[in-house]
Amino acid sequence: MSFQFDSLQDFIQMSGHGPFVWACYGITFAVLVYLVFSPLVRRRRLIRQHQAWLKQMDRVREVARQA
Amino acid sequence: MSNWQWFHRLGSPRWFYYKTEGWVPWLAAVSGILLVLGTVWGLAFAPPDYQQGNSYRIIYLHVPAAFLALIGYYVMAVAGAVGMIWRMKMAFVVMKSAAPIGAALTFLSLVTGAIWGKPTWGTWWEWDARITSMLILLFLYLGIMALQAAFQSRDAADKASALLALIGTVNIPIIYKSVDWWHTLHQPATLKLTSAPTIHSSMLYPLLTMILAFYIFYALVLILYTRAEILRREGRTQWVIDLVKEEAKKP
Amino acid sequence: MHPVRRQRLFFILFIVFFSSVAVGLMAFALRDNINLFYPPSMIVAGEVPLDRRIRAGGCVRPGSVSRDRETLETTFLLTDGIVDFRVHYTGILPDLFAEGEAAVVNGELRADGGFYATQVLAKHDEKYMPPEVAETMAAVSDGHDESCEVVQYGS
Repeated sequence: MSFQFDSLQDFIQMSGHGPFVWACYGITFAVLVYLVFSPLVRRRRLIRQHQAWLKQMDRVREVARQA
Repeated sequence: MSNWQWFHRLGSPRWFYYKTEGWVPWLAAVSGILLVLGTVWGLAFAPPDYQQGNSYRIIYLHVPAAFLALIGYYVMAVAGAVGMIWRMKMAFVVMKSAAPIGAALTFLSLVTGAIWGKPTWGTWWEWDARITSMLILLFLYLGIMALQAAFQSRDAADKASALLALIGTVNIPIIYKSVDWWHTLHQPATLKLTSAPTIHSSMLYPLLTMILAFYIFYALVLILYTRAEILRREGRTQWVIDLVKEEAKKP
Repeated sequence: MHPVRRQRLFFILFIVFFSSVAVGLMAFALRDNINLFYPPSMIVAGEVPLDRRIRAGGCVRPGSVSRDRETLETTFLLTDGIVDFRVHYTGILPDLFAEGEAAVVNGELRADGGFYATQVLAKHDEKYMPPEVAETMAAVSDGHDESCEVVQYGS
């Protein structure tokens, strides 16, 4: 098993098929990264929403106590 | 009943959330390493194909993505069936989480297939049975995402999605066998359950590496989506309130 | 299993089974439309519409490809090993188009029995191997598309 290309230039061009091959790898890894980060971002946002809701509940309770 | 304990535990969102917390970094590390290994191996160290030259290197993304797009559909449909039969809310959470992941993988297999088709077949797109049935799979995934968003009632949304998911399972064997049943432009399967693969071992091992990487990646992402969805659905329960308060203390 | 759950299970199996039967019957009824292309036998037997856009597929008969240097017109025979028909095409052929390999052509069948293609697609097989391996294999078989390997080119 060895590196299959003569040079870096050759590796990028892939005897003319470079644009096709590299486009596939680019698109795929972009989608995979999105798949990992979108639920992480969503989780953070949900936690922040819940925190805001809890604060609001505290305020409601405070108002109710004063009344 | 003790042998059913695992099943009931699995039905608890809280148990799932805390159980999987420790798995995430391991799954991320293993799938990341395998993805990099398989990509470098497939792109730079696997030999070129005798007919297609270097364009065949797209197989290292196209086949794993298509594999998981099909298997992910069964994950979603079986979760929907379990949710319907046992009225288990965790099953519906998994079903909902599987839809966007499956849609993304189906999209990837269609896009990489189109880009691969241009230099080899001479066309980006042809309405052949394999490609069309794969497009139907994408619409099934998108349909389930749309159903989840369309209903006011969570219960109605889950039942309608599960029903569509179960009806859609018909499509999976059609996709798989389309290249054998009809005249198609797409070639028959390279990896088969019943016979030896028709790919040389020097190209097969990086492909198997990528398939394994995609499997683990799928498990990772399914867990991440499921955990986020649990927080959304369980937002008013005491354990999530406690968890949110814990998170607030962190910087 | 609890009777209610068993009932729900049967309901689900019922749905999966009958939607499969329905889709299966539809696919069977539409099988001619699901096929992307007509095989040579149907083209030669005249079982396809004339002067209408159709697709045909087969193996490119070795030795039958001829290119006109001036007009860029290419003609070749597509065969299933028993019958063949002539394809006329003007334009650039895909890289993988070769004698003894499978191809799908898009165009019209005319009354003279010739197929006038506006697009030629190469259909490759599911085998992948390094060039060195293919060379040693060539001694055993001719290394062509599996569906074309069994074809007897005869004469």
